[in-house]
Amino acid sequence: MITMPPLLWVSLFLLAPYLLMFCYSFWSLSASQTIVHSWSLETYRQLLRVDVYWQTLLRSMWIAARVMLFSLLLGYPLAYFLSFRAGARKDLFYQLVIIPLWVSYLVRAYAWKTILGSDGVLNTLLQYAHLTSHPLDFLLYSPFAVVLTLTHIYTPFTFLPIYASLEHIPRNLVEASHDLGASPAQTFWRVILPLSIPGVLAGATFAFVLSLGDFLAPLLLGGPSGIMISNIVVSLFGAAYNWPLGAAISFCMLVLVVALLFLSERLEKRWSFS
Amino acid sequence: MLTKEQSERTASGTLGPAMLLDIRKVAKTFGKSVVLRDISLKVAEGEFLTILGESGSGKTTLLRIIAGFESATSGEVWMKGERLDVLPPYKRRVNTVFQHYALFPHLTVEQNVGYGLRVEKQTDSEITARVEQALARVKMTAQAKAKPSKISGGQQQRVALARALVKRPQLLLLDEPLSALDANLRRQMQVELKSLQREVGIAFVFVTHDQEEAMVMSDRIALLRMGELEQVASPREIYSHPATAYTAQFIGHTNLLRTVAQGGVVRCNSLSWPALFPDGPALLSLRPENIRMAGSSGSQDAVRFRGHLRHRAFHGSTELLQIECADGLSFSVRAPARTDWQGELEFEFDQADAIPVRESAERP
Amino acid sequence: MEFFMSGVGVKGSRWLTAHAIVVFAFLYLPIAVLIIYSFNGAGVGGFPPRDLTLDWYRTLFADGAIWESVGNSLLVAGCAVAIALGLGIPAALALDRAQFPGKAVFRRLVLLPLILPGIITGLSLLMLFNEAHIKLSLLTIVLGHGTALISVATTEVFAGLQKLDRAQEEASLDLGANYWQTFLRVTLPNLKLSIIGAALLIFTLSMDEIAVSFFLIGRNNTLPLEIWGRLRRGITPEINAISTIIFIFSLAAITLWYRLRKAEGTTEVAAELIDTAV
Repeated sequence: MITMPPLLWVSLFLLAPYLLMFCYSFWSLSASQTIVHSWSLETYRQLLRVDVYWQTLLRSMWIAARVMLFSLLLGYPLAYFLSFRAGARKDLFYQLVIIPLWVSYLVRAYAWKTILGSDGVLNTLLQYAHLTSHPLDFLLYSPFAVVLTLTHIYTPFTFLPIYASLEHIPRNLVEASHDLGASPAQTFWRVILPLSIPGVLAGATFAFVLSLGDFLAPLLLGGPSGIMISNIVVSLFGAAYNWPLGAAISFCMLVLVVALLFLSERLEKRWSFS
Repeated sequence: MLTKEQSERTASGTLGPAMLLDIRKVAKTFGKSVVLRDISLKVAEGEFLTILGESGSGKTTLLRIIAGFESATSGEVWMKGERLDVLPPYKRRVNTVFQHYALFPHLTVEQNVGYGLRVEKQTDSEITARVEQALARVKMTAQAKAKPSKISGGQQQRVALARALVKRPQLLLLDEPLSALDANLRRQMQVELKSLQREVGIAFVFVTHDQEEAMVMSDRIALLRMGELEQVASPREIYSHPATAYTAQFIGHTNLLRTVAQGGVVRCNSLSWPALFPDGPALLSLRPENIRMAGSSGSQDAVRFRGHLRHRAFHGSTELLQIECADGLSFSVRAPARTDWQGELEFEFDQADAIPVRESAERP
Repeated sequence: MEFFMSGVGVKGSRWLTAHAIVVFAFLYLPIAVLIIYSFNGAGVGGFPPRDLTLDWYRTLFADGAIWESVGNSLLVAGCAVAIALGLGIPAALALDRAQFPGKAVFRRLVLLPLILPGIITGLSLLMLFNEAHIKLSLLTIVLGHGTALISVATTEVFAGLQKLDRAQEEASLDLGANYWQTFLRVTLPNLKLSIIGAALLIFTLSMDEIAVSFFLIGRNNTLPLEIWGRLRRGITPEINAISTIIFIFSLAAITLWYRLRKAEGTTEVAAELIDTAV
C-alpha cells in the first residue's frame, strides 16, 4: 500500500546510511589509504585520547550555546511583538521575518564576510566616521564572526515556534488574568511565559543543534580560532583522509543530537498544557 | 426576590436599594458598524440583572465595556460615585466569569482560584483559607489539585465562578456561562447560581440569549435589541406588560393582533369589542395561555372566536394549538393536553388581556 | 484601552517596538548591503559605495561556468521536487491515516533531516554511495536532496491533511465513489495548495542547498557550490551580483508560497514544520 515506497526509500537512504556510518567508525584504513572492513575499537580509542577533538567539540558547543542564547533574546520579544502588539500588520511582519529564513544561507554568510572584513563595509564605515583609526581584527576570522553570522541565520528559526506557541494562547486567558487583577507585566510572567515554553524549547533546540553541526560559517568566517567540530570531520573526509575517524565523530554527533531532541521533546511534553 | 415595590423602584432606577453601577449613554462603534447606541442603565447593589438579547444585539460588548476589555466610543460608566471606564481591567473591583471559563491550563484548580489573590500579594495562609472556602462554596473541594483539562465542563464552570468570587468583587459579570452545558445541567446550575448570588449578596450582571433562563434567575431583565434597550423591568412585569411587539414575541409566546379602534370599538377582522384605549390603529399582544375554551369561565365579556385546528405542538403538560379562523385570523392557544380536538372549535379571551404594544421599529 | 490586551504597559510596548525594529534591521541590513554593493563601482567593501555601475552584472552574464551551474541546479531541483513529493505525499497520508508497526520510528526518521545538521545526512549518504561503488555526480546530489527534502513535503502535506474535513471524503464514499476515486476527486484537489506550496519550498531549498551537496558533488557543480568555490579563492563583486539575483528569486518564491498558504488558511506552517521535527 501507500506506506511501502516511502518506507523503503527512507530505510535505504536514511536508516541504512546512518547504520553504515556507525559501521565505518569501527573499520580502519589500510596502509594504502583504502577502507578495510576489519572491526576494531581503535578509532574510538583514538578519539578519546586526542585532546584537540574534545577541545573543538567543547568550543563548538560553546559557540552553539551562544547562538542559541542570542537567537532567543532576539527572537522571543520579536515573536511577542508580532503576536500581541502588531495588530492588523501582523501578517506583513510575519512575512518579513520568514523571508530571510529562506534566502540562501550562503548569500547571507557571504554578506557578513563582506561587511566584517578589514576592508569591509563596517570597518571602513567606522573609520569614515572617525570612530576607529584602524580596522578591527576580531570582526572577521574569529568565533565572534561565527556566532554573529549563525545568530543571523537562526534567529528566524527560533522565532517561528515561539510565535506559534504564543499565537496558541487563547486571548481570553490574558483577559481573565487582567480581570483578576494582574497587571500586564504580571500577566506575562504568570500566564504568557509559562504557556510559551514549548515553543522556546523547540526554537532553542533548533538553534543549538544546527549551529553545533555547522561547518560553512566557520570555513568562511571562522579563521583558525573559529574551527568547529564539523570542520574537523570535513577535513577527515578530505585532505586529512581518515574516514573511520570522521565517521566516528559524525556518529557521536548524531547520537548527541538525537539525545538532545529526545530531551527537548520530554521537556516540551511536561510544559505543554493544551 | 425583591418586593413588587422594590422592583418598580429599581425598574425606574430612582430610589430603592443603593445604586452600584451607572451606565450613562454608552455607545460603541466598531469601524463602520454601530454595536451599541445610547445605553443608559443602572444596576443596584445585590441585584441579579440579566442583559438579554439575540446574538448581535451588543450584549457581550456591553459586558466587556463594564469589565474593561473594550472602551466605549462615547458615554461613561460610573461605579459608586467614581468613574469606572478610565480604569484598566486589573484595577476595577469587577470580576468576570467567561463564556468558555478561561481557566489557566498550566495551573491546578486551587492555583486558578488563588490566582487573583496571589497577584494582590495576599499572604499564603490568607490565600489558602479563602481558596478553601471558595471551593467549598462551589462544591469543588475534591478536585482542588486537578488540572482544568481533567475536569468536566460543568466543573470548570464552578471553578471559574469560585475564581471570580474569591476576590470579593463589588460586581460579578457572567458572560453566557451556562451556554456550553446540556439542558438538564443547565437548569440545575440556574438554580444553584441564583441561590449562590443570594448567599454572597453581590450584584450579578448576567448575559444570555435564553429568555427562559433570564426569567428564572433575574430580579430585572434588560432586553437589548440591535444595540438599544428595548425594555428594562422585572420578569413578571416584562412578561405581563411588554412594551413593544419585539418584547412580547421574544419573551414567551404571543399573538400579535392588528386592530383599529374607532368610536370606542376595537375591530380586528371579524372580531370586535369595546376599546380600553383611544381611537386609532393598535397592535395588541395576547398571550396563548390567556385564551381558553369558550364558555369555560362563564364570563359574558369575553371575546369569542371559532376556527379549525391547523397544527399542534405537544409540550408535556400543555399543548400549543394553531387555530385558523374563517376570517383569516390565526391564533396560538395554549391548552391542557388532550387527544380529542376535532372539527370547529370555539375559544374566548378577556378584553383586558389584549394589551397594546408599540411597534418595534426596523433598525438599520 | 487596547494596550491592556497586549500584555505590556505603554512604556513596555515602546521598548518592544524598538527591539522589533532592531531585529528587522539586523536581519535585513546584510542583504541590503549586498544589493547596494552589487552596484558599487569600487568593488567589494569600502564605504561609502560610489560609482554605481552595472558592470558586475555584465560580467556575471558573460560568465559561462555560473550559468552552467544554474542549469545543473535547476535540473537537480526539479528532480528533487519529483522525488520528495512522490514519496512525501504517501508518507504524509500514511502518517495521517495508517496504523503500522514502527510508525513512530518512521515519523521521526522522515523528519530527522529537517533538524539534523546537513553534514551528517551528507556524509552518511557519501558512505552509502562509496560502499555501493556509485560515482559521485548530479545523480547522487539528486538522491541527497530528494531524501533530505522528503521531510518538507511530508510536513506540508500533513498540515494540509489535518485541515481537510474528513466528512467530505466520507460523503464521497457515501455517494458511491470508491477509495481511489475519492482520493483523486476529493482529497487531492483539497491538497492542491499544500502540494504546490511544498513544491515551491522544496525547489527553493534545493536551489540553495549546500551542506549535503558539499559531500555528494561530482564533476558538475550546482550554483551554491560554484559560488562556494569562487569564495574560497577570494571575493569578487560578481558574487554580489549573483547573490542579489538569488535573493530576488527567493523573495518571489517565498512570497508566492506564503500567498498560497494564506489562501489555504494556515500561515504557521513553517512553525509546524519545526514543531513536528523537534
